[in-house]
Amino acid sequence: MKPNDVILKSVTQVAAVIILTFSIYLFMNGHHHPGGGFIGGLSMASAIVLLYLSFGIEKVRENIRVDFKKLAAIGVLIAIGTGMAGVVFGQPFLTQAFGYRDLPIFGTTELASALIFDTGVALAVIGTAVNIILSISEDR
Amino acid sequence: MTIFYTFIFLPLISAMLVPLLYKYLNRRVHTGWFVLLVPLSIFIYLLQYIPGVAAGNTYKYTLSWIPSLDMNFTSYVDGLSLLFGLLISGIGTLVIIYSIFYMSKVREALHSFYVYLLMFMGAMLGLVFSDHLLVLYGFWELTSVSSFLLISYWYERKSSRQGALKAMLITVLGGFGMLAGFIMLIMMADTYSIREMIANLDVIQGHTLFIPAMLCVLLGAFTKSAQFPFGIWLPDAMEAPTPVSSYLHSATMVKAGIYLVARMTPLFGGSSVWFWLVAGIGLVTLLYGSLTALRQTDLKAMLAYSTISQLGLIMCLLGIGSLAIYFGPGDSGTVFTVATFAALFHLFNHSTFKGSLFMVVGIIDHETGRRDIRYLGGLMQVMPITFTIALIGGLSMAGLPPFNGFLSKEMFFAAVNDVSQSGIFGLSNIGILFPIIAWVASIFTFVYCLIFVFKTFGGTYRPEKLTRKVHEAPWGMLFSPAILALLVILIFFFPNVLGKYILTPALTAILPTMPISPYDLKISPWHGPNMELLMTIGVIVIGFLLFKTMKRWIQVLRNYPQGLTLNHWYNQGLSGTEKLSASLTNRYMTGSLRHYLIYIFSFFVIVLLSSLLLQHGIQFDTSNDAVISIFDAGLVLGMVIAALTVLLAGNRIMAIAALGALGYMVSMFFVIFRAPDLALTQMVVETVTTVLFLLCFYHLPKLEKRIERVPFKLTNLIISIAMGLTVTLLALSANGHKLFEPISSFFENAYELAGAKNIVNAILVDFRGFDTMLEISVLAIAGLGVYVLVHQRSKRREQRETE
Repeated sequence: MKPNDVILKSVTQVAAVIILTFSIYLFMNGHHHPGGGFIGGLSMASAIVLLYLSFGIEKVRENIRVDFKKLAAIGVLIAIGTGMAGVVFGQPFLTQAFGYRDLPIFGTTELASALIFDTGVALAVIGTAVNIILSISEDR
Repeated sequence: MTIFYTFIFLPLISAMLVPLLYKYLNRRVHTGWFVLLVPLSIFIYLLQYIPGVAAGNTYKYTLSWIPSLDMNFTSYVDGLSLLFGLLISGIGTLVIIYSIFYMSKVREALHSFYVYLLMFMGAMLGLVFSDHLLVLYGFWELTSVSSFLLISYWYERKSSRQGALKAMLITVLGGFGMLAGFIMLIMMADTYSIREMIANLDVIQGHTLFIPAMLCVLLGAFTKSAQFPFGIWLPDAMEAPTPVSSYLHSATMVKAGIYLVARMTPLFGGSSVWFWLVAGIGLVTLLYGSLTALRQTDLKAMLAYSTISQLGLIMCLLGIGSLAIYFGPGDSGTVFTVATFAALFHLFNHSTFKGSLFMVVGIIDHETGRRDIRYLGGLMQVMPITFTIALIGGLSMAGLPPFNGFLSKEMFFAAVNDVSQSGIFGLSNIGILFPIIAWVASIFTFVYCLIFVFKTFGGTYRPEKLTRKVHEAPWGMLFSPAILALLVILIFFFPNVLGKYILTPALTAILPTMPISPYDLKISPWHGPNMELLMTIGVIVIGFLLFKTMKRWIQVLRNYPQGLTLNHWYNQGLSGTEKLSASLTNRYMTGSLRHYLIYIFSFFVIVLLSSLLLQHGIQFDTSNDAVISIFDAGLVLGMVIAALTVLLAGNRIMAIAALGALGYMVSMFFVIFRAPDLALTQMVVETVTTVLFLLCFYHLPKLEKRIERVPFKLTNLIISIAMGLTVTLLALSANGHKLFEPISSFFENAYELAGAKNIVNAILVDFRGFDTMLEISVLAIAGLGVYVLVHQRSKRREQRETE
């Protein structure tokens, strides 16, 4: 992929920031509002794919030095790891916990172990989606 | 998680750290030194159970896994599991010390070796300490898998790969049989726990599935413990590095079958089928193994067959011992209780002498580069310490005093004599075969033990036949076999220490109903001039004569035709099955996507439509339907147009665009029905898949008209219409039935249960977290699969270009 489209590039420069921000918002919001790891991860993957489409693989790879295969594996490991955490505390596998803590700046905030699990989901989704699209697009 | 489970899972947990240790520290320290700490600490931990277990206590632990399905890792520490636990960790410690010197830290891929070895150790510990049948089965298969990986450790050799495959096929076949047996047991007793099954003995023994379940469980035990005729995988498994052979394929894994038989004796013991199968197959295996061992010229193969034969001996003793349950408490019962005790004693003894013998073969292989007795000889002068160890191990296996093999062999002879006189189960006619076969097999055993020791170490030293300059092994390689050899002698002089603290509690676990008095179980080397002693003297005299005249008869055995061996039949069967399945599969796997879709859709239609019709499932209920608004109607119209456009589009870009439009309109429906999560997901998925489709279509040829025959087109038309009809009917009928109470009310409590206001997300990450975890695992694996496939292809293309 070596596109050279000025309009696409200019739009992407702004749009990518918005999509990435929105995807993080979606991810963080998932506990109480529409969103979550899967949607957040997938929209972030779509933003990354957009970057690839408009700037080309080489250039993006220079700037985002992430091995997406490893990212997917790390995601799965995080998800399994949070499952094991329950076992360590004598609960069944994959028991999620939540509680309310007073944090500076944020005030009383809910902290849920489900968020860590969701992080794993998001990373796995980003890694896999980008990895598949990159593999197929590189196959010339 | 209690301390107990920390130690049981220690091998599996530390297996994860091994690659890191290897990567960063192996250059300075051999990775084995770190791994050594694992079995050593488990061994020390398990030692502290001995006093309690010897006093008759059992310890129960539960680790909840999926409590709602009654899937828990329940453990009982009793005498039997403790005996195995100590063997696994104890021999494991010695084997790892040995492997540190056997496996070169420069040349070998140590990280995978130790990961597999620890995986095996964890699986084996889990197996023996598990009371839950399905958990036990899981660990059972994990031992097969790790054994497969270890046999194929030197995977660049063809024989290693074949041996690994053979072991896998045979043991997994038995594993499946065992699973079927377990499921029958679970159905009969309505519990997963072995303990509870033993408590509900009457229900099981009167059930019609009693015999089928027994046969299936025995299939598992016999394949794993290499009993006749399944034992052929064990000699091929000798392709593994010697520490593996000595650990898995003589001391621990092959004894899993013995463990299972012992564990199941309270359930099945006392029935004639169980006695005849276990004792009979054991006896046949004993004879077959010892006779085949005589033919071998490769030292390791000889030990492999000898292991098969010794496992048969233990199996036979367990079968004889199960008669104790038939007779119940009393004099006859006590006699057979002693037979079970002898089985445990020999099991322990076998682990000591066979472990040391395998390590000796490893040393010989390592130092001379040869394992064939036709090239070896006279090593006594160069390797005196190794010779001493081999002599102790070999003579113990032959059943000579003052070594522990003598004691258990005498007890074996006593057991076969008793069984021939018991006069039940038709034994009054052919019972005499037991002592005869046992005696003949013992002669063969005696002869191959002499061959093993004296053809290798005795005779003249011929350095010209060896490729290396031979010298004594380093102390590290001698340490472990020397410890085992020391045990061999110590057990002969103090057998009752072992008997009291380790074997008697294990016996209580196998025969819980029998009264056990320490007086009956006293092991002593001298019983006065009785039948057993005469048999042993006969073995020694005839065995010695046979050994001296070996040159005259050995060729007859070695020239035994290949076409009549079990291995030959196995190979024939395997290649026949492969040919058959290849010809069958090629018939329908045409490589054409259209054909595959036809299969899938026709199956779908036939199964669903017929079951809908047969069950009178087609019922429509429109009373609860919402009013169709103008938006809905418009969207449906738009979707139909988009779908038709996909079909009729002249080029692919247009088809993709139409497909995208269809997808976005579905997400509009989600918006109308107030499912924002679904709508969001659908939109993002649609975006990403459109990109993916565009990329994939780059590789496809241009869309073109295909000329197909009319019948083909007609079939396709009928199948697609039927498919559409089925799905529509199914969707409409689903609304007409309310078979079960909806479970959605449970999820409505998401805020109290999971602290989440978004039910969809709470379901994904909490209530159904297991699903999500496995889904993302599958997703990641699929992603890796795509990556590998694509890169393999481009790599192959590059190779073709450079050629």
